[in-house]
Parts: sequence; structure tokens; C-alpha cells
Amino acid sequence: MSTLPLLKVNDVSKFYGSRIGCRNVSFELYPGEVLAIVGESGSGKTTLLSCLSTRLMPTSGIVEYHMRDGQYRDLARMGEAERRFLMRTDWGFVHQNPAEGLRMTVSAGANVGERLMAVGDRHYGNIRATASDWLERVEIGVDRIDDQPRAFSGGMRQRLQIARNLVTSPRLVFMDEPTGGLDVSVQARLLDLVRGLVHDLGLAAIIVTHDLAVARLLSHRMMVMKDGAVIEQGLTDRVLDDPREPYTQLLVSSILQV
Amino acid sequence: MNDLATYNFAYLDEQTKRMIRRAILKAIAIPGYQVPFASREMPMPYGWGTGGVQVTASILGPKDVLKVIDQGADDTTNAVSIRAFFQKVANVAVTTRTKEATIIQTRHRIPEEKLTEGQILVYQVPIPEPLRFLEPRETETRKMHALEEYGLMHVKLYEDIARNGHIATTYAYPVKVEGRYVMDPSPTPKFDNPKMHMSEALQLFGAGREKRIYAVPPYTDVVSLDFDDHPFEIQSFDKPCALCGAEDVYLDEVILDDKGGRMFVCSDTDHCEDRRACGHAGHMLAHQEAAE
Repeated sequence: MSTLPLLKVNDVSKFYGSRIGCRNVSFELYPGEVLAIVGESGSGKTTLLSCLSTRLMPTSGIVEYHMRDGQYRDLARMGEAERRFLMRTDWGFVHQNPAEGLRMTVSAGANVGERLMAVGDRHYGNIRATASDWLERVEIGVDRIDDQPRAFSGGMRQRLQIARNLVTSPRLVFMDEPTGGLDVSVQARLLDLVRGLVHDLGLAAIIVTHDLAVARLLSHRMMVMKDGAVIEQGLTDRVLDDPREPYTQLLVSSILQV
Repeated sequence: MNDLATYNFAYLDEQTKRMIRRAILKAIAIPGYQVPFASREMPMPYGWGTGGVQVTASILGPKDVLKVIDQGADDTTNAVSIRAFFQKVANVAVTTRTKEATIIQTRHRIPEEKLTEGQILVYQVPIPEPLRFLEPRETETRKMHALEEYGLMHVKLYEDIARNGHIATTYAYPVKVEGRYVMDPSPTPKFDNPKMHMSEALQLFGAGREKRIYAVPPYTDVVSLDFDDHPFEIQSFDKPCALCGAEDVYLDEVILDDKGGRMFVCSDTDHCEDRRACGHAGHMLAHQEAAE
């Protein structure tokens, strides 16, 4: 495995006018590594994720990505065409609300196949075979391939969204509260699935969540955010079992024990 | 001159024509690209060909010979009224014969007869954006055209095959022009798509309500989109035209009675009449003459 970081984040800040979105965030993400960003609502998790995934331009700071050709590229200096190409091939973005990440009016098969067609696949049979293979991997019955996601339950939609993102074998996946709005048993299955896929495919992932259990299950490393700044980061088990900052201690102790 | 208000030649004022001609020139320079233009109110409702009429009015000269067709026919309401309109406001010669026309305004068909150099085909377009029903945001579709992101167009064809087992899009079949822009050929049957490829005639498309003009210059590559394992095919008909016996033409179904009687005839009326004048006869022609 390459020892060079996949993503280098250097001193990224985002201001909304005089308000702070996030400030002075720096970290490096290595291939195959899963990083969780946790914190309460309004702590800047989603702003940071948007800055990293080029959905927002940071006010200052540099985000560099290790391209497949071995070069590091500053994402803010890339052309729009290149950035969009990167987003639909080498990256994935899993939204909290699957309706944002899926095309609700086309079939599940076409949803999975869209990225393949976008990169020039023009063989219907192959696209369909790949789509049904992926549906199987995310535990959606192959007989549902021609159904629209409108007819799917919340958990199935979320799994379909994951399949749609992973079909081009991306190296980096961003997830914004992937288990938000799902009931606990469905959450558990989804987490299981994501953990398996991340492990099998060697994906690097950045997961934004307010649910510490999600971070515990999926991530290797975590960052705790408060008021736009990273107040603590380290190995997930270390942060959760031995929190150092008072705020992190508060966060960890506010989990309900059943 | 009396004191009554008069029309400028071909209805539109010269400044408007100038504006539309500039849009047309830009459209010709960038084949398949939709050029926005300041579409005017025309004395007919949207959907009746206001875009096509404005394009025709802007390129029409006193010596032009105009033909107007609607679904291939010269004698349907839309064709008759637009023809009458230009006779009145431009006093140009009109014809129903494809060969003699210099400008042909069309709704939903391309004439069967091969168009030649110097002729101009003007299409009336209801919805110029081929990606519209897949991506409702105009900002996004423009970006997709600009960045040549046309994967979505194949999603539509994929859906067709998934639902019907074959590409079931039969009209407004998307084409790629000169290897760059994906274009909606207006609601012509896909039967006509191959005629657009390397056409000797200039093809202009006007969408009045949507305020867009686009063009395919003569001798331009026009390729219908498809999949490797589901190639593009045009419609084929079991029987020849019932009146003129023509094969390899696009046929309309005509219901004859309420007992299931029907006939298939050329949708291009001029082509059909031409063939009959040359002595070709279909199996129902004798029938019809006997009835008359």
C-alpha cells in the first residue's frame, strides 16, 4: 500500500460573512483509512465536508488530492470539468437524504449504471450486469432492478445510493450522516454493509456523524469539532475511551447506556 | 400609401430580423448549440410554430419559394395557416412541391425527397433541451452541455430498454452533432434521423416559447445515440403505402370505419402525389377512384 496521503488538508477555514463555518483545520488522510468527524449540530462538520469535497470553496487554506497519476493537485485550482469528472469517478458522496443523491424517477439499475454511462460505457448488457452485481452486494434483490427508488424503503434507498457511488471503484468516499433518519436495526445492517465494503475495497472514507456509535463502528480515526474548530483528534478507540478535552468527555458521557 | 398601419415585409421589423439572423449565424457556427434569442410575440399561440415562423420570417426574401408542412402534409391546419400568413405578410410564392421550394418550414417531419444544396429546412421546436425530462434545472443542463457530460442521455435509453426490451423512443430521438453537442431533433420520428446526417440542406431549429435557436449546417455529422448491443434502428413498415405503393417511407395510419378498417399511407403528401402522378399505384388506389 502506498504510504503517501490521499488527501492533504492544510489550514482550511470557511467564513460565512463574519460567522465562522470552520477554521484552521489540518489533517492528512491515507488510502484505506476511515476518518469520522463528530460534533454537535452547528459545529462545522458539514461545512468542513463541503469544503473538502469541493461543494464549497474554502475561504482560506489548501486541500490537495493525490491523483491517480501520482500528482498532488490543489482542488480549488482545478477546472470545473476536471473537478466534476473526479467527483463522479474517483470520489463518492453519500447524502443523508437519499433523494438528493439518487434520481428518484429512473430505475435502480439506471441509478447504479449512470456513472458507468457517464464515463463512456456503451454496452447495455455489461452495464446491467454490473448494476445487478452491485445491487446484490448491497443486499437489494436483483428482481428490484427495474423498480424506481420511490418504491424503496429508506434503508434500501440508502444502500442503493451507496451502490451508485461505489460502482466506479472510487478511492475516496464522503458520507454525510449516512445513517440519519434510519431506525436502529436498519442502521445496524447498513453499518455492517459499509464496514464490509470499505474493508473489501480498501476505500478511504470521511464520515460526518453526530452518532458516536457510528464513529466507533466504522472509523479508524476521529476528529471532534466544536464551534468550527477541531478540538481533539486521534485513534477512535483512544478518543472514545480516554477523552481528554472537557467537551469530548461531555459528548462521550452523554451517550445513553441501555 | 394610406394612413393605415402596415406590416414590414415578412411581419417582423428589421431590427428583430437582424437579432434573429445573428442568433442563426451563431447557431450555424456552433452546430447543435442552443443559442438564446429574444423571441417575439407572434400572431399565433405558442405551440403553433412561433419559433419556426420567426426563423422563416428572418431568412425569407421576396424571391424565395416557401413550402410549409405539418406532420408531412401540406394541407393540414398548421401548414395552411402559416403558408397563408407568409403569403399575406411577405407576398412570397408558395408551393407544395419539395423540389421547387427554397425554404421549407416543417413540423414533425423531414420530406421524403432528398433535400439539395441551397434549400433551407426550418423546424418548429416545442422543447429544445434534450436533457430536460431527466434534469429539470436549466443551469445544470447548460453546464452539462458545456462540459460535454452526456451520460444522462444514455440513462434515458437504458430505461427504455429496461422497460420495453428495446429502445422505445420513437420521436425526438437524441442525436450528437459533429461529435460535440447532443441535440433534440424536434419531435420528428426517428425514421427521419438518418436524413439529417450529411444533409446537403441547411437545417434551422426555432423554439419560440423556449427562446432558443439551433442549427445543423450542410454536410454535418449527425449520429443517433445508442448502445453497442442495442444499435439505433429506424421504424419499418410491413406494407407499402396504400395509395402510391411506396416502400421505405414513413406511413400514417388512417382509420377508415368503425369496424377496424384502416390503411397506411405516406405521411409526406407531396411525395405520395408525385408518385401517383408518375403512375405508381398502391392496392387501395383503385378502390378510392372507384368510390369517387
